[in-house]
Amino acid sequence: MIFVILLIVMALLLIAAAIYAITHRDLLFAVMGTGIVSVILSLFFFLLQAPDVALTEAAIGIALTTIIFIITIRNTSRDEDEIIDKEDKKI
Amino acid sequence: MKKVFVIILLAVFGFFITKTFIDIPFGENRIDEVTSNETVAGYYLNNTPVKTKVSNVVTAIVVNYRGLDTLGEVTVLFLASTGLASILYRRKREEEEEDAERLSLPSSRIMRTGARVLFPAIVLLGIYVFIHGHLTPGGGFQGGTIVATGFLLMLISYKGFNTDHNRMVWIESLAGLSFVGIGIWGLLSGNTFLENIPEVGVLNTLISGGLIPIIYIVVGFKVAVELTGILDILLKIKPNK
Repeated sequence: MIFVILLIVMALLLIAAAIYAITHRDLLFAVMGTGIVSVILSLFFFLLQAPDVALTEAAIGIALTTIIFIITIRNTSRDEDEIIDKEDKKI
Repeated sequence: MKKVFVIILLAVFGFFITKTFIDIPFGENRIDEVTSNETVAGYYLNNTPVKTKVSNVVTAIVVNYRGLDTLGEVTVLFLASTGLASILYRRKREEEEEDAERLSLPSSRIMRTGARVLFPAIVLLGIYVFIHGHLTPGGGFQGGTIVATGFLLMLISYKGFNTDHNRMVWIESLAGLSFVGIGIWGLLSGNTFLENIPEVGVLNTLISGGLIPIIYIVVGFKVAVELTGILDILLKIKPNK
């Protein structure tokens, strides 16, 4: 019973983090949202007895993808509105 | 006319997807299927510890039973890394200028000391994960990614830390060639591609499972070198500000 409640709470947190990642205008915060999604997903895999997949999700989802997104943000622009403005000016 | 066509197409897709999902028995007790030798899952679960002497069944499936798929995955990663390098890799002189620019922005002393302490531990953990791929959860892909994370820590904290590009190309090529070579060894001896030829040893010991640990060590080296190369190239781009 406690296990089921834990899973439901984790699923709600996962959905909340995903919505946060989609809706936030500051891209750095959005990337952190995807990182939180990966953390909870990795915990899910571990609790549902798939340690191999949990390890993959932890290594690739939490560390590498987040880092690659952060490097991309450093090289482009941090604010979503800024990117849209630049594209408008080009046109 | 176009809309009607789209609706018909969507209806056909929807019908087949729903049909497939209805056929999958979600949430049912399938313990009989797993314990019997008739189904694929049951065959793998019952025969892997006995025949290949590998305690991690997932590893046996990924590297041995479905080894050709793993070769495809490694190829996909190799192509992604090569594509990124061909787009972003710059000429040597520009690169040296950028290195000089990177040197002008040192990271803090806490970061550097922490990275120096953690780097050997992270690399050791990664190597442990891919050497013990047939005994504990994890394997070549996971271990290689952990090693690459350790190198990333050094790359972002020590601006002068450079990876030897030529040596990385050599390691990657040798790893890829030995994976294919191990596969062809099986063909030459008259069996299938990636056949597990050597003695399989004793269950739950480090040197067991025949070719499986060797292939996972090779995959670990390849993944670590490729991901480190990707991160190195990405970190060398000049910020566009």
